[in-house]
Amino acid sequence: MATTLADDLRPLHHPHSWVTKYVWSQDHKVIAIQYSCTAIGIGLVALVLSALMRLQLGFPGAFPAIQPDNYLQFVSMHGMIMVVYLLTALLLGGFGNYLIPLMIGARDMVFPFVNMLSFWFYLLSVIVLVAGFFVPGGPTGAGWTLYPPQAISEGTPGHQWGIVTMLVSLAIFVAAFTMGGLNYVTTVLQARTRGMTLMRMPLSVWGIFTASVMGLLAFPALFVAAIMMLFDHLAGTSFFMPTMQSMGAITPTQGGSPLLFQHLFWFFGHPEVYIVALPAFGIVSDLISVHARRNIFGYRMMVWAIVIIGALSFLVWAHHMYVSGMNPYFGFFFATSTLIIAIPTAIKVYNWLLTLWRGDIHLRVPMLFAIAFIFTFIHGGLSGLFLGNVSVDVPLSDTFFVVAHFHMVMGVSPVLVIFGAIYHWYPKIFGRMWNETLGKLHFWITFLGVYAIFLPMHYLGILGVPRRYYALGETAFIPQSVHLANAWISIAALVVFCAQGLFFFNMIWSLFRGPRADPNPWGAASLEWLTPDTPPAHGNWGPHLPVVYRWAYDYSVPGAARDFIPQTEPQVEQRA
Amino acid sequence: MTILARLTEKSWEPGPQPVERDRPSAGAVGMVAYFGVAMVMFSLLLAAYLMRMGLHAGTEHVHDWKPMPDPPLLWINTLVLAASSVAWEVARRERAVRAAIVGSALGVLFLGGQLLLWRHYQGAGYTLSSNPANAFFYLLTALHGLHIIGGLFAAGRALAAANMRNVALCALYWHFLLIVWLVLAALLLST
Repeated sequence: MATTLADDLRPLHHPHSWVTKYVWSQDHKVIAIQYSCTAIGIGLVALVLSALMRLQLGFPGAFPAIQPDNYLQFVSMHGMIMVVYLLTALLLGGFGNYLIPLMIGARDMVFPFVNMLSFWFYLLSVIVLVAGFFVPGGPTGAGWTLYPPQAISEGTPGHQWGIVTMLVSLAIFVAAFTMGGLNYVTTVLQARTRGMTLMRMPLSVWGIFTASVMGLLAFPALFVAAIMMLFDHLAGTSFFMPTMQSMGAITPTQGGSPLLFQHLFWFFGHPEVYIVALPAFGIVSDLISVHARRNIFGYRMMVWAIVIIGALSFLVWAHHMYVSGMNPYFGFFFATSTLIIAIPTAIKVYNWLLTLWRGDIHLRVPMLFAIAFIFTFIHGGLSGLFLGNVSVDVPLSDTFFVVAHFHMVMGVSPVLVIFGAIYHWYPKIFGRMWNETLGKLHFWITFLGVYAIFLPMHYLGILGVPRRYYALGETAFIPQSVHLANAWISIAALVVFCAQGLFFFNMIWSLFRGPRADPNPWGAASLEWLTPDTPPAHGNWGPHLPVVYRWAYDYSVPGAARDFIPQTEPQVEQRA
Repeated sequence: MTILARLTEKSWEPGPQPVERDRPSAGAVGMVAYFGVAMVMFSLLLAAYLMRMGLHAGTEHVHDWKPMPDPPLLWINTLVLAASSVAWEVARRERAVRAAIVGSALGVLFLGGQLLLWRHYQGAGYTLSSNPANAFFYLLTALHGLHIIGGLFAAGRALAAANMRNVALCALYWHFLLIVWLVLAALLLST
């Protein structure tokens, strides 16, 4: 019977019925698909919310169903869903689960039962989150940052029940992530196959691994903050709640520190940016290398950069708090540490470009998305230089410049990578090929569309247009052109919104009608393409685990018979 | 191999690699990773505790932090948990199931003692919402208690399967929780 390398004595759990195979499954591939479908499902909710927001901003007053309270609720739920329930869950729960065991040559995660539990906790957190839409008062409208005291005070939409479902859902999510994260980390350290040293792992695994370690260390901050705010709200404690006057009366809470919540929130919140970015960095490195038929430039430097970015990201959280009233000397420290992160990040960008340089570039759909990521990421990174400096950040705080910046750098960029990754691994996951023309159409509308949406927002921000405002009204400093720009952004957003239909149609149609895919359609060298079955069967590798003799980047090696050498190949086959 | 040697390996050179024979078990790696998670969680709470406590100094905030008294029960519970840890250590070294059962029983006793401590404080008027010091006390002890309950579950499973490797892991987990508790108790006693 097949066993895992990690625990040689323990046989692999074999499912017997349909239910244990597809519902209560302990197979990492099934769990990955469950995670991905749930994340994409809730992501669609966030997409619809963003369309509703754009309708209101572009055409204020035209949709009487959208009231100010609704607008704030849409903003808050859109933000939280996208950051936590879509991006984190899809990149780590989805791609992490699918790729880690296949890329390191393991039969499954080391704790399959805990892995299954992780998904069901995640699903529960999503259900609790969605329940927020149906409780009295609706979901919370406190902004995705949920700052107290306003999040739990009279006047904020959903301050009674919506905030409770949000906080409980976050606490459950953290529990789910911790179970998953322990699995990812332990599997990478523990279950690598023979010859798969740490420095032979594909960069996707390095990105996901580092992001998982970071998640394990950062999510407790969110957990603690959520529990403390729940205590403040439900039990009347005053961790965060200061003395306040409400409706002419002094509230019973006193002495709490709203700033304490901000520190806890951003101690999670900033690493979270890189928890989303690092898997994307890793995946994009692999996509570029495979489709440019070149080894990734500076592999070791890429690994070190991932680790250094991960470590530095714990030292920069207060750059989200320049206007919070904290000690001004902090601003100097955090601006410096923030700008230092630009060094390893720039190394990564240069290495991507140098990998493309003189490569044999195949502009297939996954490659298009990977190159588009480089554009949007550089773009968002450069606007980050402005916001990282205290004196420039202060006037730009809470304007659309910030909205444009973080959408470019951690909204659009990881989403483009996710699209690229889905197109790239789809033939392995489902054994079918998608339609190239539809894929390219989807790419061009999405890529040009996001520029049409987010580029003008920078200008709105510089003019001083504030974020999170239901309507701008008549204001002296906002010229008429802003309204025109807003209408344009909304139209572009709706076009991009509709274009995602192409993607879903392509994926679902190809699932049933797509042509059978080659087991290794891109000629990739990493292990996941070398499974005996496509899609990989339970246990992944048949009777024997693969043995690894080289890194995952042997492309276009001079003298070799093919333009790639699989990781399991001991010798270079000579050209006949 | 040191971590530095691993990270500077020349990735591009092909060839066979020796099998690593000294890999620790998956359970051990996973547990140490969890220690990291729990340590961050408790450290952040301690940081919040100290920050909230020092808040009134230098600002016009009301001086609302009233430290709790230190009843003898706090010391007794600490001793019970320490004894529980000793029993687990015996179980780990001697591979003794009976010592592990004693360790678990002492863990349950500790939880009972903590409940008594809660009731004692409640009776004396130190309720959750009356003071931030109380709120932190209840939150910290509740989280620590939940970790003990989780450990008891794991211990039950390890003992039911007579898996001595997992019993040894439980012992390490107990020591970790003892250290966390000692830090928490020291903080509560010193403030």
